[in-house]
Amino acid sequence: MEFTTIIFYVFALLMLTSAAFVVMSKNIVRAAFALLFTLMGVAAFYALLMADFLAITQILVYVGGILVLLVFGVMLTNRQISVDVKTGTIQTFPALLIVAALAGTLGGVIWSTQWPTLTHLAEGTATAPVIGHMFLSVYLLPFEIASVILLVALVGAALIARRERTT
Amino acid sequence: MSEFIAWLGNPGLTHYLIVSALLFSFGLFAILTRRNAIMILMGIELVLNASSINFVAFSRYSTGTIDGQVVSVFVIILAAAEAAIALAIVLNIYQNFNTVNVDEINRLKD
Repeated sequence: MEFTTIIFYVFALLMLTSAAFVVMSKNIVRAAFALLFTLMGVAAFYALLMADFLAITQILVYVGGILVLLVFGVMLTNRQISVDVKTGTIQTFPALLIVAALAGTLGGVIWSTQWPTLTHLAEGTATAPVIGHMFLSVYLLPFEIASVILLVALVGAALIARRERTT
Repeated sequence: MSEFIAWLGNPGLTHYLIVSALLFSFGLFAILTRRNAIMILMGIELVLNASSINFVAFSRYSTGTIDGQVVSVFVIILAAAEAAIALAIVLNIYQNFNTVNVDEINRLKD
């Protein structure tokens, strides 16, 4: 058994168990902490798939940004006096049926499809320069639109979250 | 049976796709069952990550180009924008309704 195989299964197990914990846990703060491990597992998968730039971006943006934002959201929207960070679930049984059916269907389709394997990415390709060139050539328009979207989202979020109303 | 064990011992495209399908299912389950809006946001993050893994796996095993990774970068960008906006909306809802449980927020206007 190769070393990468062991790494793959270790991180797949870590990711899926922590994702299950995110879904099942009654305590929001613990769920957010479990989400940390899921996002780290995804970053490890990127590294296994030879996407080194994406792995670092995943850790920087998701773990360093989005997760902190989520924890801030948890802290700001729960009554701290009564220490009520618990949350319930609704419609568990029908949702379980739907999700199990969906997962079964997806798994069956993935299993039975003959996926086209045209060319494999060469081992040890440095992806960051290639991605940078693509951003400034082929994907220039989406790149600029994404930057405008980020600016609009920042201004909009600051405007929406402001406490006082001008109207 | 030995064929299946040999398949298990050699992770390829199918393995990554199945793990990402399971991650997607967990995310969908969180979206469907959670009452707290922030937990629903966590489910959305799981779904986005699952799709991102698919893009990168196809980029590695199927097409052999970096395009899938570029799409994944865009997914991460949009997820960041989505999280910022959604949390601003959640904070605003909390100020107005004093709760973030989505099944209790059923009024459009005070």
